[in-house]
Amino acid sequence: MNIDLSRRGFLKLAGAGVAATSLGALGFGDAEAAEKAHVRAFKLASTTETRNTCTYCSVACGILIYSKGDVAAGEQATIVHIEGDADHPTNRGTLCPKGAALKDIVHSESRLTTPRIRRPGTDRFDEISWDEALDKIARALKDDRDANIVLKNDAGVPVNRWTSTGFLAASATTNETAWLTYKTVRAMGIAGLDNQARV
Amino acid sequence: MTNPWTDIRNTDLVVVMGGNAAEAHPCGFKWVTEAKAHRGAKLIVVDPRFTRTASVSDYYAPIRPGSDITFLMAMINWMIQNDKVQWEYVKNFTNAAFIVKDEFGWSDGLFSGYDPEKRDYDKSSWDYVMGDDGFAQVDMTLQHPRCVWNLLKEHVSRYTPELVQQICGTPKDRFLHIAQMIGECSAPDKTMTSMYALGWTQHSKGAQNIRGMAMLQLILGNIGVRGGGMNALRGHSNIQGLTDIGLMSNLIPGYLNIPTEKEVDWTTYMSSRSFKPLRPGQTSYWQNYSKFMVSFLKAMWGDAATAENDWAFEWLPKLDVPGYDILRMFELMKAGKITNYFCQGFNPLLAFPNRAKLTEALSKLQLLVVMDPLETETARFWENHGEHNDVDSAAIQTEVIQLPTTCFAEDDGSLVNSGRWLQWHWAAGTPPGQARRDTWIMSQIFLRVKKLYETEGGVLPEPIVNLTWDYADPNEPTAEELAKEMNGRALSDVHDLKDTTKLLTPAGKQLVNFSQYRDDGSTMGACWIFSGSWTEDGNMMARRDNTDPDDAGMYPNWTYAWPLNRRVLYNRASADLKGKPWDASRKLMEWNGEKWTGYDVPDIAPTSKPDEVGPFIMNQEGTSRLFTRGMMRDGPFPTHMEPFESPIANPFNAQMRGNPVARVFADDAAQFATSDEFPFVATSYRLTEHFHYWTKNNRINAALQPEFFVEISEELAALKGITLGGWVRVWSKRGSVKAKALVTKRLKPLQCGDKTVYVVGIPLHWGFVGAARKGWGPNSLTPFVGDANVETPEFKAFLVNIEPATGEAVS
Ligand code: SF4
Repeated sequence: MNIDLSRRGFLKLAGAGVAATSLGALGFGDAEAAEKAHVRAFKLASTTETRNTCTYCSVACGILIYSKGDVAAGEQATIVHIEGDADHPTNRGTLCPKGAALKDIVHSESRLTTPRIRRPGTDRFDEISWDEALDKIARALKDDRDANIVLKNDAGVPVNRWTSTGFLAASATTNETAWLTYKTVRAMGIAGLDNQARV
Repeated sequence: MTNPWTDIRNTDLVVVMGGNAAEAHPCGFKWVTEAKAHRGAKLIVVDPRFTRTASVSDYYAPIRPGSDITFLMAMINWMIQNDKVQWEYVKNFTNAAFIVKDEFGWSDGLFSGYDPEKRDYDKSSWDYVMGDDGFAQVDMTLQHPRCVWNLLKEHVSRYTPELVQQICGTPKDRFLHIAQMIGECSAPDKTMTSMYALGWTQHSKGAQNIRGMAMLQLILGNIGVRGGGMNALRGHSNIQGLTDIGLMSNLIPGYLNIPTEKEVDWTTYMSSRSFKPLRPGQTSYWQNYSKFMVSFLKAMWGDAATAENDWAFEWLPKLDVPGYDILRMFELMKAGKITNYFCQGFNPLLAFPNRAKLTEALSKLQLLVVMDPLETETARFWENHGEHNDVDSAAIQTEVIQLPTTCFAEDDGSLVNSGRWLQWHWAAGTPPGQARRDTWIMSQIFLRVKKLYETEGGVLPEPIVNLTWDYADPNEPTAEELAKEMNGRALSDVHDLKDTTKLLTPAGKQLVNFSQYRDDGSTMGACWIFSGSWTEDGNMMARRDNTDPDDAGMYPNWTYAWPLNRRVLYNRASADLKGKPWDASRKLMEWNGEKWTGYDVPDIAPTSKPDEVGPFIMNQEGTSRLFTRGMMRDGPFPTHMEPFESPIANPFNAQMRGNPVARVFADDAAQFATSDEFPFVATSYRLTEHFHYWTKNNRINAALQPEFFVEISEELAALKGITLGGWVRVWSKRGSVKAKALVTKRLKPLQCGDKTVYVVGIPLHWGFVGAARKGWGPNSLTPFVGDANVETPEFKAFLVNIEPATGEAVS
């Protein structure tokens, strides 16, 4: 039941066919090539189709994302359309009012685009470079860990517990992000690790 | 979920209680309408509010928020009284026959062993009587007065339909009608499914709510069968995955535990984890714990984890308290004991209770780091937004670094849905501006910390400098590399344990599944339950074959389900003691005389004989548990407990407030209200058009539900002089909000004994950033207390007051 010929491929063929037959039949001769170059391919035929899942609830509806450009091929890609995946067993192409508006969260005006810092006592964010931000964070972690990690309890048992820095992880990230987060946070000895499953 | 979404089509009866699937999980709820249309299934909804799920139900009953245990225990009582019990299942597949110690008992709302000083139980009496043979004693005839079944029968006998009416406000006739509908599902060829969500978890006794229904499902024989199960609908897209990978204070991936201080070393830690079977011949699969744990430690520290250093066990933090959960962390933060705090895609300023306390706590941090694709209220907690966030920026000394991350559409990797399917997805777009993947950010932070330790030295550098980091590009490990680590691979040749000449997996290759995990250091694997998801055959999570043999609803080749691609947990329980399906028309697994066959991967060793090995292989009993021994802090059976803020005294013990063993911090206890001051019950909920606090950043969803409102009954509106669309002020002992009033027939006053209870519904989607109008969430009002077992905050039942207010004219 898988689609062997993707919709995109099918439209490409069909689109080209329509242009060729109609122009050829009318016998436009020399004008044909120039005219053909102006026939715009269908929107979905000029995009890359990518399988993904809705980012909101854990029904995890299948979606198809259509982009101009192909990130897998190393190109810049802009997402132009998102729809339900008709081949997905759970949602069979349907989306709820949240999933149906997914494209607009990708392009939301609230998307963050640059690292920023709010300095103590001020009322605004200033831009900061990635390097500066990451170095500041690493320094803050090291200083606090060295000062506050508890190596042994009163009974002399090694406990290696760092409780003065905490980390909340995100239950909308991937398993792979979660594992890397787990690994790095626990290696430092952080005890206050949690995620939205707590709520 | 024990069962996949697509299996709901196989049910005869859906009970939605503690959730509102039609609005919160719409595309999953589709399978309920499918079951109704094609199987003639029925839908029951029990909820304080006549939700959209209720609007398509066959039968609805109202219930007072926070009284579910009484309803469920009364349901079990009714089943026992009316012989609506799946006897063969109960006798053989539950611990009904196990004999319990004489010292165990219950009186005045409390179980034996309560210590009011410690707010804790001594749980030693909550256990089985052990025989001289080292096994728990049983009476398969269920005649023994101390067997679990007879204790349960006595325990639930107090929960009558009259008590339901008094405590829950559910009319007796409604309760009895539902009991009859549910009772039909005790027939071996009828199944019921339970669909629940945060309506059950967000209580100070949330875990016991869920146990109540699980026990009912066991008594009806509905666990492990098609169209049955306990189905937690779950929230965020990967909340299941983050739980599986153990991103919680006390967990290690795959439901292993971070040690406590009492577990002073590896030997002590493992000594309480031998998981010896409690009955002869049972599987007790957790006996493999050491293999999962050693493979995890090898995944963390590779060659630095050796037999000599107990696999670097000592490098793990050891806990001195049950957990540094979020509530405890904010309590410590408020006391000035937290220096740095990270919020990776998490907006606690709206997600956790008592916002005033959260703001005070965040203001005491030195550094707050926010990683998110979107603006959040938490990142801007220091910014004044008038009445919506009335803070003095100049007085707040916290430094905040906000890091832009990619969103789902710009990232590769897998998510676990509620049915435990690990579904791989692919990036489709270029991230905006300088946004980066979380994997890059975490690597950068970690590598920089590591470098500081390498160049400067410092305290306990070993676990940091020795962390395995063999990625092709150390700066940005790929999702593929990380997924393979979770599956696990052979570090040296892995041989068959029975026939050591037989090579199973040569060194360097991906393991086939967790049956190849070893505790001798020859394997690594970060998350044993995910093992099998990325083998030498490739990425199983990327599979997209949607064939469904005989329309069973299992889709075995669509992505990958943990564990072992099993679609229904406990599926061996779908067949009787001879291995024949309880319902031939809904076969799931069947014993063919030699092995288990069927539509799913058997949840038992494939050649385990049906009359010898019990279906609940993770439990030492081989059965499920109607009585949980000392595994839950607040009792081996659910017992009625009121919310911490309640209009009614606990009828079993008027002195008892809330859950008697829930952790309460002193300042928070002082902020609990009584119904004299705050007479109305409030509860929080979600809307179809919004997802938490994200979609208000999206203009379409913001336009669909633009403005904060609270929902009240016509009766309460009349009582307080509130008009539809008018402004109201709602306040609790912790805060105050202003909202438009939605006056509806969907909420009705409940009559609980001589008390009339009015409910105020508070949706949770507004804040002070984004495209929607500014508003508040219920967390400005809710109490800072969590469930006694898992510390999930009590958002679903608390006390408020309400009055008309002035504001801009209704548009
Ligand atoms: S489309 Fe709706 S139902 Fe489907 S996953 Fe997204 S939020 Fe959930």
